[in-house]
Amino acid sequence: MGVGSKKSTWAWGYGMIAPTIIGLIILNIIPSFQTVYYSFFKTGAFGKGSEFVGLENYSRLINDSQVWQATWNTIRYTLLVIPPAIIISLILAVLVNNIKGKSIYRTIYFLPMVAAPAAVTMVWRWLYNNQFGLINQILGYVGIGPINWIENPSVAIYSVAIIGIWSTIGYNMVLLLAGLQEIPQDYYEAADIDGASMFSKTVNITLPLLSPQLFFVSVTGIIQGIQVFDVIFMLINPSMPSYPTTVSLVYLFYNNTFKYSDRGYGSAIVALILVIILILTFIQVKLQNKWVHYMGE
Amino acid sequence: MKSKPIISKIAVHVVLILIAAVMILPFIWMLLTAFKTQTEATALNPFVIFPSSLKFDNFKAVLARYDFVILYFNTFAMIGIRVVASTLFSAMAAYAFGRLEFPGRDFLFSLVLFQMMIPAQVFIIPQYLMVDALDMRNTIMALVFPGIVSAFGTFLLRQFFMGLPKSLEESAVLDGANIGQTFFSIMLPLAKSGLVALGIFTALFGYKELMWPMIINPQADKATLSSALSLIQGAYTVNYPQLMAAAVMATWPMILIYVVFQKHFIQGIASTGGKL
Repeated sequence: MGVGSKKSTWAWGYGMIAPTIIGLIILNIIPSFQTVYYSFFKTGAFGKGSEFVGLENYSRLINDSQVWQATWNTIRYTLLVIPPAIIISLILAVLVNNIKGKSIYRTIYFLPMVAAPAAVTMVWRWLYNNQFGLINQILGYVGIGPINWIENPSVAIYSVAIIGIWSTIGYNMVLLLAGLQEIPQDYYEAADIDGASMFSKTVNITLPLLSPQLFFVSVTGIIQGIQVFDVIFMLINPSMPSYPTTVSLVYLFYNNTFKYSDRGYGSAIVALILVIILILTFIQVKLQNKWVHYMGE
Repeated sequence: MKSKPIISKIAVHVVLILIAAVMILPFIWMLLTAFKTQTEATALNPFVIFPSSLKFDNFKAVLARYDFVILYFNTFAMIGIRVVASTLFSAMAAYAFGRLEFPGRDFLFSLVLFQMMIPAQVFIIPQYLMVDALDMRNTIMALVFPGIVSAFGTFLLRQFFMGLPKSLEESAVLDGANIGQTFFSIMLPLAKSGLVALGIFTALFGYKELMWPMIINPQADKATLSSALSLIQGAYTVNYPQLMAAAVMATWPMILIYVVFQKHFIQGIASTGGKL
């Protein structure tokens, strides 16, 4: 592309990015500022009218024990789901790699990924049913239970987390398997010549070379974990005794904003979610240098 | 691997099959329950595993109250418009960001990165108020609205275009093609696997989305499959056979598409993630 066509290149460039950039400005950039702006307003009854209240929504937030409980529930959910899901999917990926029937296993493990969370949570709600659910029936045969999976305040978060793990291991496994296939086979052959054990090959070859994929699934997993909504919303009603110990920040945001029409307070909750995600992402990016190795660097 | 004893190979398969059973069991139980009567589903002594016959009564009962034909239409219309629009717009923007030089390019690309870093809840109240102000709630376009462009798609395809050799465009320019012709006739076909991956990702994300369709289209005949299930669960709290029939009707289309195109699904998802 010669110098003479520079102006025309510019025109093509702006023209081609225009739909996306205009869309992002209208749908995302302006709304980000609007949400911050709304968080300084008190929304009137039925969502009508609003009054500037300064930092009142934020001081209410800081003094709202339900918000802090929801923050803890959200972090707890993330801790209960992401590390086990990554460990299980890593083991599965290593076991499935180089085995007969790999694609069949992969197809089955990935299946929960293609079902809507609203649908699978309905199914789990039935599996967890106290009286007639399959899980309590099976546990009954071995003399355990019945466990009130959904309504017991100290059990329900685990029930939610089990659905979370079940839903994500297929996705993680597919990404990790793709990473495993990129590791050159000669590395393992060289290690075999040196008489390396299975364990030492895993620690010295597989994990370091898989670290970019492990980093990706942990960063995206944590971001999604902090935003958990669908599963808890479909499994736990606000009238259940387990609601206070399972309600997540986004569920609380949804209730305040769209059920009680208090957009000002909802916006303040969003600001808290944003801060938590930014802090966690920042920490992970900082830690990245310590354990993530990119091939050829 | 080759010298591994048979026993350990069998042990690995046993573990993998057990986990596969856990992954698939909820789907099987959903299907079995959907064909049971309420009496069969809640029988305890003895516990009933298989329905006595293949009765479609639960499906008929759900269909009498909720028109799934409309729900399929709403869901696939939303997905179709989002996939076509956001894939095309993302490919155009990705090509410009990845291959063309123009003033302000890096700043404008930072808007793309900004959107990717910010959680969706930050945008949802203003998006809701915009659609409401336009008096467009309970329409297909309201469902499509937040997904008409894709920052993630732009980012993904940009990396794709940056990986292609420069010589391809240079020869097109020598043949007298302008940038638009080069993009549509040479670069876009080369990015096919990236476009397919993005299309699958967009479709799956739209299909699974719950909060947006729930708030923007609360009417039962304007809902998507996902958001309709939340209405249906509210209406039939204890009739599990009918709830499972509704869940079957909401899940089978995507599972069928997945089983038919599983290679594309898995490769597509694998290529949308990986390195940050």
